[in-house]
Amino acid sequence: MSEKIATRVAYGKALLEFAPEHPELVVLDADLAGSTNAAVFGNAYPDRFFDLGIAEQNMISVAAGLATCGKHVFASSFAMFSTGRAFEQVRTSVALPKLNVTVVGSHGGLSVGEDGPTHQCCEDLATMSILPNMTVLCPCDGFEMRLAVKALLEQNGPAYLRMARLATEQFTDAIPGYTFRIGKGVTLRPGKDVTIAATGMMVSMAMEAAKLLQEQGIDARVLNISTIKPLDRELILQAAKETGCIVTTEEHSVIGGLGAAVASYLSETYPVPVIRHGVPDRFGRSGKAMDVLDYFGLNPQGIVEHVHKALAVKKG
Amino acid sequence: MEQTENLRLTAARARLMALDMVYTAQSGHPGGSLSAIDIVTLLYGEILRADPKAPDDPDRDRFVLSKGHCTPALYPLLAMKGYFPVADLKTFRAMHSYLSGHPERGYVPGVDMTTGSLGQGISAAVGMALAGKMDGKDYRVYSLLGDGELDEGQVWEAAMAAAKFGLFNLCAIVDVNGLQIDGPTADVMPIEPLDKKFEAFGWHVVKCDGHDFDSLRAAFRAAEQTSDKPTVILASTVKGKGVSFMEHNAGWHGKAPNEEQYHIARAELEAQLVAIEKEVG
Repeated sequence: MSEKIATRVAYGKALLEFAPEHPELVVLDADLAGSTNAAVFGNAYPDRFFDLGIAEQNMISVAAGLATCGKHVFASSFAMFSTGRAFEQVRTSVALPKLNVTVVGSHGGLSVGEDGPTHQCCEDLATMSILPNMTVLCPCDGFEMRLAVKALLEQNGPAYLRMARLATEQFTDAIPGYTFRIGKGVTLRPGKDVTIAATGMMVSMAMEAAKLLQEQGIDARVLNISTIKPLDRELILQAAKETGCIVTTEEHSVIGGLGAAVASYLSETYPVPVIRHGVPDRFGRSGKAMDVLDYFGLNPQGIVEHVHKALAVKKG
Repeated sequence: MEQTENLRLTAARARLMALDMVYTAQSGHPGGSLSAIDIVTLLYGEILRADPKAPDDPDRDRFVLSKGHCTPALYPLLAMKGYFPVADLKTFRAMHSYLSGHPERGYVPGVDMTTGSLGQGISAAVGMALAGKMDGKDYRVYSLLGDGELDEGQVWEAAMAAAKFGLFNLCAIVDVNGLQIDGPTADVMPIEPLDKKFEAFGWHVVKCDGHDFDSLRAAFRAAEQTSDKPTVILASTVKGKGVSFMEHNAGWHGKAPNEEQYHIARAELEAQLVAIEKEVG
């Protein structure tokens, strides 16, 4: 474990780091550049940064227009606005013509906390995954965010990049040889009794849960699924075959996100119990981030409880 | 003026092609296409620096049909310019044709941007103009909008951004035909005064007759003179222009003629073409 860093902070640093070798990179924001950290890039490269004001729909279509002229555009705002307010612009201006635009959603999930349900976006992984041609990424910590930005700059096509508000422990940098590849998950912990497939901030909680489970004599495998789409089918299938049940965990609605992707894939290939842990089919509420997460059971204990449900179904 | 006579001939031929496309497909948008066709004819005839042999030339002028449903006004001009065979126009909207109902970038030759959801095209045009300004290129970006389309809030978001960035290389044209699907724009959602609105948004405003090539040409020349702000050309037009029973009639926004209507319309448009041919000699 090293420093605590929010993925949005790592995002700003990564843009800055990779800007020199990617002159085609252009960054847009919609009056939240300070919060999304796009401003870190904007301050250093004012000629390649444009603030479009509180007008996300225009921002996304402007990004598309820039991309038709050879620019690789990262367009950021809070997840609720970049993917919600501007959903149809992402769909028709970006995804349909397959343009090099990465839609960036900061403050994804419940951990926006005090701002409450108007700003807590638990729908973005669903709305972005449903679009053809989209790559959907949800890095688990600052180190992986840096690798994700690098990978996105090196590939073509539309993408969504989710980032979090909270500063969380960075841990993937301490794993020897840790690599990030779009479309590939990573086994963070081996295990044979159950698989916990986690994404984003829930990955570190899944590791905590695995420790708690170990004390109970349960050997849990933990996967970091930082690419929601395209899903790493090989890794999921292998986990289903070797552990016989899967718990998915995400700071997102249990509808349409990682859980839905894993469950629908396995139901068509190798049906095993898949228990989805995430935000239930309800809106969030205002409160301190950790309090809101606890209220909805998005903590290691919540994962442990869902593992027990999965093991019960597996036993039949 | 010989140039203008050629444009009149091209536009008359394009109107016939547009009618044939919509009739053959039994689907499409004749009203707004017929109101826009003279504007598009002038763009591809004289204004746009665009070569069908180099459709991806980074220095080409761009054209974004923000009122994307008016492909019957665009595809005939693209075909006559040489982007694809005129004969393919008969496959418009058909299952295996590349001539899709609305313009699709990377799918229809010569189309710079996917449009059809109103309001998005002008924003994309802002992005293209911004890229040109960033890169110090001298290409210009043109985008054609409908007056009904201006109901979309995104259009005004784009208008603010174009003014903020001083996009002198951007020229929007509004096909002001006064009608939208549900009726007159004045009833559905009053949008006037457009000149004062665009001026207040920081744009250079030019008015013209959208069916008079000399008037249109003067407007485009005026647009090229600005050095610090985008231009909007407010082109007064007649929805359904050229087909007597479609003119001034919102009902022909998105409806194909039946066989009897088609023959009447075709006879009228053919007579107009013959008259121009005679006049030109």
